[in-house]
Amino acid sequence: MITDIKTPVYLQYKFTAGNSQARFLAQLKRGILTGQRCPSCAKVYCPPRGSCAACGVGTEEEVKLSGKATVQSFTIVAIPIPGNPIKPPFIIANLVPDGANISFIHLMSECVNEEVHIGQRVEAIWAPEEEWDYAMSNIRYFKPLDEPDVAVEDIGHIGVDGEGI
Amino acid sequence: MQKIAIVAYNQSKCLANAGGSNEVELIMPQLRAVFGQVGLNNSQDVDFVCSGSCDYLQGAAFAFVSGVDALGAVPPIKESHVEMDAAWALYESMLKIRMGQAESALIYGFGKSSPGELPIVLSQQLDPYYLAPQWVDTVSLAAMQARLMLDSGAISERDMAEVVARSRNNAMGNSLAQLASTVTADELLAEESYVSPLRKSDCCPISDGASAMIICTVGKAEEWGVPYAIISGIDHRIETHNLAMRDLTDSVSTRQAAAAAGAGQGPIDVAELYAPFSHQEIILSRALGLGAETDINPSGGVLAGNLMMASGLSRIGEVFNRIISGDAQRGIGHATSGPCLQHNLVAVLESEQCSARGNT
Repeated sequence: MITDIKTPVYLQYKFTAGNSQARFLAQLKRGILTGQRCPSCAKVYCPPRGSCAACGVGTEEEVKLSGKATVQSFTIVAIPIPGNPIKPPFIIANLVPDGANISFIHLMSECVNEEVHIGQRVEAIWAPEEEWDYAMSNIRYFKPLDEPDVAVEDIGHIGVDGEGI
Repeated sequence: MQKIAIVAYNQSKCLANAGGSNEVELIMPQLRAVFGQVGLNNSQDVDFVCSGSCDYLQGAAFAFVSGVDALGAVPPIKESHVEMDAAWALYESMLKIRMGQAESALIYGFGKSSPGELPIVLSQQLDPYYLAPQWVDTVSLAAMQARLMLDSGAISERDMAEVVARSRNNAMGNSLAQLASTVTADELLAEESYVSPLRKSDCCPISDGASAMIICTVGKAEEWGVPYAIISGIDHRIETHNLAMRDLTDSVSTRQAAAAAGAGQGPIDVAELYAPFSHQEIILSRALGLGAETDINPSGGVLAGNLMMASGLSRIGEVFNRIISGDAQRGIGHATSGPCLQHNLVAVLESEQCSARGNT
């Protein structure tokens, strides 16, 4: 009796990130973190997605961000994930970079896991320049900054100069 | 029952390769265009949104969800998606309106087929036990269908070449087409065979792009004060996935859908048929009983440019355009899905005057 069959499928693709993401990745390759501003609501997306999801219009204006960010949320990963070279326990966090209004997910390190908290200030630690590629992994991780915490209601409203946006 | 009207339609150019543009960047210009035609700001101004696409085309998981970024979905909107051509998103939207849950709807379809190998990708829509594991591509299946047609004497290779020549020549008037020329059937017949008995010209090109449409109740169209065409009937039928059980030289499902949509209740000035292969246009026009009085695929049809997952909606949109311009009073938009015309949708469109006459 046949109980199972193997039917492998291979589909080859030439993936394209999209025009706005391509601009974002090209800047990352140069060691610059950028966002793009919605012409309608002025919110800055990082990474940009091609449009402001709230307004449904394209985000053309490029905004240079600092490497500083605020922890919006985080989790401590305790289980090993197949194929992931990072040894648990480690922290992945939703971070809002200064100058942007929307968070992205990245790693945190050089921190005491149990002391990571919402509103904590962090900064990007970049890989050596010779390793830079068109990839978010140019930033190895974020590490805590010795700066006062940000109140929850202010997260996502901090300019690149530290002032509110 | 409330009559439902098309009030806006737009399609992108059919491009062999849309380059860096992602789904959002393909969709957004089409949405802007249809909102502009009606004077709306964004999807907040319609009651329902439905899209048609397939993530397998570009190989990007949840591309259809990313597409929602083009809508302006804050505050949240009522939104749905079909993993099919957007002609079926139109069908779902019409049901929504007929159930009284919406007065207006935005429909869009998009496809970026250039990143993958479309004929192989489409093999994965076949039944998963016998055909999909063999990766039978769409061109080979269509070639077998054409062989049946030729060997039974139902068509000649010249008939097929004449379909292609008419498509190429009609497409000269369509700035959105990918393939347009003044080629003759004789010149096409001189071309070498591709997947026998098909020549490359018998097969639709692979195109990137998107199209969008807005429909609403006639009351809403009059409130908006825009020209409209009535969708007087729509129906879709599907045949078995088992190719051996079908008569591939006929399209029973198209005939049934056309009858249920009321296609025969008046003259058909124009028909836009989704025939990805030349011989399939002949199968479809015979199933629909179209004669010399009907202008078939005046846009060039999908042989001139095939936006996978949007072409069906575009066929209906092309008929809408001709009714709005006054070139036609009544027409058929047809969409297909699956191998060898497995699944077919027929929409009957009428001008306001034509629809009013039908009611008296």
